[in-house]
Amino acid sequence: MSDAAKKDTPEQAEFRAHCQQWLTENHPGQPNVHIPQGALELSDPDALQWLKQWQKSAYDAGLIGADYSKETGGRGLKDCQAIANQEMQRAKTPFFPNIIGLGMAAPTVYFHAQESVKQELLPKLLSGEHIWCQGFSEPGAGSDLANQQTFAEKKGDTWVINGHKVWTSLAHFADWMILLCRTSKDDKYNGLSYFVVPIQSMIGKGVTVNPLIKLTGETGFNEVIFEDLVVEDKYRLDEVGAGWKVAMTTLAHERGAGLLTTPSAGGMVMEKEKGAGIGNAMSLIDLAKQSYRNGKTAADDGAIRDSIMELMIRQEGFRQNQRRIGVKELNDHPMRLPLQFKLVATEMGQDIAQLAYEIEGASSSLYVNDENAAAGGQWQLAYMNSFGVTIAAGANEVQRNILGERVLNMPKSK
Amino acid sequence: MTQPKNFGFGVDEAMLRDSARKFFADNCSADKIHSQVANNFDIYRDIESIWDKNLWSQICELGWTAACVPEEAGGIGMPVVAAVALAEEAGKAAFPSPLLSTFNATFALRACKSDAATKVLGEIATGTSATLAITNQKGSWEAQDTDVTVTDGKLSGTAWFVQDAKKVERLVVSASTDNGVGLYVVDPAATGLQIIADGIIDLTRDQAHIVFNNVEAIEVAAPGNGDKALNEALPAILCITSADIVGSGEWLLQTTTDYATVRVQFDRPLGFFQAVKHPLVNVMLAVDQTKSLVYNAACAIDSEPEQAERLARMAKSSASDMAVFSSSRSVQFHGGIGFTWECFIHVFFKRQMHNHVLYGDAKYQRAKLADMLMGKAA
Ligand SMILES: Cc1cc2nc3c(=O)[nH]c(=O)nc-3n(C[C@H](O)[C@H](O)[C@H](O)COP(=O)(O)OP(=O)(O)OC[C@H]3O[C@@H](n4cnc5c(N)ncnc54)[C@H](O)[C@@H]3O)c2cc1C
Repeated sequence: MSDAAKKDTPEQAEFRAHCQQWLTENHPGQPNVHIPQGALELSDPDALQWLKQWQKSAYDAGLIGADYSKETGGRGLKDCQAIANQEMQRAKTPFFPNIIGLGMAAPTVYFHAQESVKQELLPKLLSGEHIWCQGFSEPGAGSDLANQQTFAEKKGDTWVINGHKVWTSLAHFADWMILLCRTSKDDKYNGLSYFVVPIQSMIGKGVTVNPLIKLTGETGFNEVIFEDLVVEDKYRLDEVGAGWKVAMTTLAHERGAGLLTTPSAGGMVMEKEKGAGIGNAMSLIDLAKQSYRNGKTAADDGAIRDSIMELMIRQEGFRQNQRRIGVKELNDHPMRLPLQFKLVATEMGQDIAQLAYEIEGASSSLYVNDENAAAGGQWQLAYMNSFGVTIAAGANEVQRNILGERVLNMPKSK
Repeated sequence: MTQPKNFGFGVDEAMLRDSARKFFADNCSADKIHSQVANNFDIYRDIESIWDKNLWSQICELGWTAACVPEEAGGIGMPVVAAVALAEEAGKAAFPSPLLSTFNATFALRACKSDAATKVLGEIATGTSATLAITNQKGSWEAQDTDVTVTDGKLSGTAWFVQDAKKVERLVVSASTDNGVGLYVVDPAATGLQIIADGIIDLTRDQAHIVFNNVEAIEVAAPGNGDKALNEALPAILCITSADIVGSGEWLLQTTTDYATVRVQFDRPLGFFQAVKHPLVNVMLAVDQTKSLVYNAACAIDSEPEQAERLARMAKSSASDMAVFSSSRSVQFHGGIGFTWECFIHVFFKRQMHNHVLYGDAKYQRAKLADMLMGKAA
């Protein structure tokens, strides 16, 4: 019996067995198209199609939305999504393309939308038929998220939206957006409201999406411009003026500290041998055995050995933190570990990738377009992309403010 | 074998930990400890072992020393995480006592698996304190290294860096013979034995080197088995020391964030400034990482022993780094007052300095880990 299976409830045990069996028979195998390292870098429609197909089949089998109610397209189980996630990780399945939908939009809609809207939107979100994006950041509202300028004006039974969003990941494929915007200029926080708005179906009818190119040369995020987009009132989540409160539900889930477990797969090694184990400190050992620094095997270099061990220790510590979250007696403050998740995970990922290219010595200069690049140049790409996640979802400096203020009770830094 | 999800930290362990919390809150406030151990700031003061024997008797009556003694030997037979939780609370109080040493001796004796060792464990369960005398003059943490030898069952030579030597009633000594290293239990009052106290930085401990001159001893692990027993006990020893660091680190974190909330400069509490706030958050991350690693390693000793050494070395590496980081930031963010003898910080700062090297610092642990996981360097 596996480690995790030991304490399963009967419902969980049955569900785990189902997941295992389904995954044995239905693993999608290697894609016939190029898949990027993560969903936030998706730009090829064929790759999207392939991944959507995978998400749909996992949804149909019940591996997505296990904990959502039946009315909203889920399975109505208790604490079973985590089981599906564990089994998908173990089976090394590909990631899901509707990452923002599953991780942020779904829980927000679930907790704050009216019943009919939930039933309309959630099944297609969970199945991946509809891709979602998040319209929070603006040119003047990044870390200072409440400084929203995009404005929704009430006209009769509808809202008319004008404004400019940036860094909107997946907007180029998105059917829907979760949108934070202003409905009153009188109060910074209480003047905010929260909507879900259609994107693809309204392009040219109030919505413009322009791609932005990332530091790596990949695309994946966009600017989105609203010019008199008309939205029905039923697509407002919670009360007018309650936008900030609703946004907190989104952010808690985005940072891994929400009430609902995000369906997540992943761990599949794309393109066979190349890029195996990217992001895992453990794989630095093999990399060091195969790499040369100054003409010598990197694995014999004392400083490199010390650094690899340091990162393996951090990685084990991070894993054990997630385990300790579940043990009430070993947590004096309930939010102390959950609020660390995003910060610790992203900085660890960055440091692992950075060490990887140090290990590679002179050949770390080779990139994904060179056939001699170690691990297909994927570590270099991972290192560059790692800044996306230390900045996105609240820059890590902002995360440190949150931890210092909410957990350590220090005064606010503003 | 696999680990239970809750680190084996169940209702009984939580109750024991909570009672320890209450005990230290009632009896060992930081100002009380400070006035007890820090009443003489003379840098060349006479070497003393300062501790409260009365509190120690109370602890023995509460059964803490029996917690990890097996039931067959007259103890309670709790998992290692129970001792770890007690060590964490003791560290939070910077408590001067032979508690940690007695736990370490307990785990070494358990690993001996001999009748003689079981008998000593029974004494520990009823409140007899003990410590390990297992380090040579060069400060090697390797189990086979000792400067003590055995001839005709009697010990000669010197054991170095012995913790709490002036407090304990039993010594567990490693000594070499032609047939390998054995373990021996000695009464510190035995003839031919001399305890020479070391002048140390930590105010809450004592340490000594112990000279043996043909000293009577009880063999608890036969020659050839002593280093094996010590290696088996090593993960627990590393966990106990690391747990003390976690407790001290948490005290430093809470005390310094409290100070950063009340001390006002430039019309703002210090914690407003991110140059203060963010490093304190980093201290918290380091404390939490270490705490999780310590409970994981301690749990492995009972449920996944083949992984215990690897996980315990990870815990001690993380702990040693955090010992330095938590104490350095605490002094710095207290400013001038933090640099005084009057401020309680220095008591914990010094305990962390001592803990940092005890049983091997972070770089040492990582070198050992690298040899385990990567093979030796060419
Ligand atoms: C790859 C990627 C994908 C993204 N996807 C989305 C998306 O889908 N939807 C969306 O709405 N947004 C998205 N974002 C935007 C992201 O949320 C913002 O970039 C982020 O909140 C920071 O805002 P900013 O870029 O305006 O930086 P600024 O707010 O200008 O901050 C710049 C830097 O200053 C520092 N800083 C800022 N404030 C503070 C403070 N209070 N204390 C200390 N230091 C501070 C931080 O180091 C920060 O990185 C994405 C960003 C990236 C990089």
